Amino acid sequence: MLPENLQDNKAARLVEDSVLNAKLDRGEVTLEIAPGNIVDVCRRLKHEGGFIRLSDLTAVDRFPEEPRFEIIYHLHSLEHNERLRLRCRISGTGPAIDSVTEVWRSANWYEREVFDLFGVTFHNHPELDRILLPADWEGHPLRKDYPITGTRV
Amino acid sequence: MASSFTLTEPDLANSAAAPVTNTSSRRMILNMGPQHPSTHGVLRLELELEGEIIRSAKPDIGYLHTGIEKEFEVKNYQQAVTLTDRIDYLAPLSNNLCYSLAVEKLLGIEIPAMAQWTRVMLVELTRLNSHLVWLGTHALDIGAMSMFLYCMREREDILRIFEMYSGQRMMTSYIRIGGLALAPPRGWHNRIESFINGFPSKIDEYEELLTNNRIWIGRTKGVGFISVEDMLDLGVTGPMLRAAGVNWDTRKQAPYSSYEKFDFTVPVRTENDVYARYLVRIEEMRQSAKIVKQALEGMPEGAFQADAPGIILPEREKMKTQMESLIYHFKIVTEGFRVPEGEVYQVIESPRGELGYYVVSDGTAKPYRVHIHGPSFGNLQSIPTLAKGSMISDVIASMGSMDFVLGDTDR
Repeated sequence: MLPENLQDNKAARLVEDSVLNAKLDRGEVTLEIAPGNIVDVCRRLKHEGGFIRLSDLTAVDRFPEEPRFEIIYHLHSLEHNERLRLRCRISGTGPAIDSVTEVWRSANWYEREVFDLFGVTFHNHPELDRILLPADWEGHPLRKDYPITGTRV
Repeated sequence: MASSFTLTEPDLANSAAAPVTNTSSRRMILNMGPQHPSTHGVLRLELELEGEIIRSAKPDIGYLHTGIEKEFEVKNYQQAVTLTDRIDYLAPLSNNLCYSLAVEKLLGIEIPAMAQWTRVMLVELTRLNSHLVWLGTHALDIGAMSMFLYCMREREDILRIFEMYSGQRMMTSYIRIGGLALAPPRGWHNRIESFINGFPSKIDEYEELLTNNRIWIGRTKGVGFISVEDMLDLGVTGPMLRAAGVNWDTRKQAPYSSYEKFDFTVPVRTENDVYARYLVRIEEMRQSAKIVKQALEGMPEGAFQADAPGIILPEREKMKTQMESLIYHFKIVTEGFRVPEGEVYQVIESPRGELGYYVVSDGTAKPYRVHIHGPSFGNLQSIPTLAKGSMISDVIASMGSMDFVLGDTDR
């Protein structure tokens, strides 16, 4: 399943059974994970792989492709001085994925930001509210079908 | 209402752990900010108080949200450099550098040594600039008024150095994709040299005012504790983590822009309080001054921009004589340059901690997606944990010790 240049990558091997796709590009490792497995994979990477930090969590909108959203996790291991990127592709209709806040508490605000700006729901999130925009804001600005300028008429 | 008060010797060092005497008192919600001076920007804290003890704190951010990440998607790569300045307004050059490094990694271009060393020098001056503003305002919050004036005095010198090469004091956009915007002006290095030679004695001056000051120690020692496990779990990075014994500095662990060629140490302390964070940053300033000095002394000769036709604007003279250069010029100005498809997550050590840029390219001349992971965002997330159970006056000191910038948080 893993490409040749990732055969001796410990983190990739650890979760090999859940990896849909893996690549090493410009010195950065990206593993694609099925959305249903993300919490389990993250937990294993944290407790067995040493990735004690979630450095960053964000999303990319591939509109009009389907599956539309990519949720991107940047993991960081201080012990092995290593970084790892996880990617989950989720559908554009009712986009939702499980929250990883139970693995890293820092995911709390990162996921709220993605919810706010992309409109992706995170199941089991403790307080999924808008974080940067006002509570009554309509739409999700970082979606590709949201205009950069213009007034509503 | 007559109530009995007993005056006891205030235990300043342990005020964070002051016992709650009256648990039946009514809880009160207090809104701190968004215009509170100690929030340094526009942050609102919803504090649930029991007397002066904080039972819960809820930060409310977003007041400075400007949609910069959306704006990136309609600018071409080089134009977008100017946006990065405006994210963390105390460390614009660190943001320039991180974004440029990310795009350069996508492009796969090599930056000449002289540009790399100048970049290091500039981001270290930025670190000094940022730490000076932090020290001045932090001390002002706690009541040491004169510190603010001294720190601003030295910061002014740094801003003049920035002004000299770019005409701008803060948003200089001097670090560009492929190198620097312009060749450094004549006399600029001498100016930096005279500043940096005098700077260590200025740090001594600050330390004389604060390090052994009884009031300063009373307000900062033993205040603002948060466990290392909590910090790592909540995404706290930078000097806060280093003041808790975690020796992590991206400049050492994953060197970029030839940091591996510089000789400096990363200050680490284990006390994990506001005072330790102060000492860590003071030592960081000394180390930054050392790096700037090394950069000045060992500055390599050579070009200030990469040899990358089609990405770097050609010289004016060549444009008039060579057809190819004219075409490149036209292409870069009208369309920008195309960046190969791919994605990169670049991390650098900004004055506040781990700054990350995630840049996704779809092969066109505009970034498909840029995500900025500001260090303040992670650091601020620890406020509820940090403030819980402490005195309201200590929150000012703890928040100051985090050194967050709201522009960096809200983007």
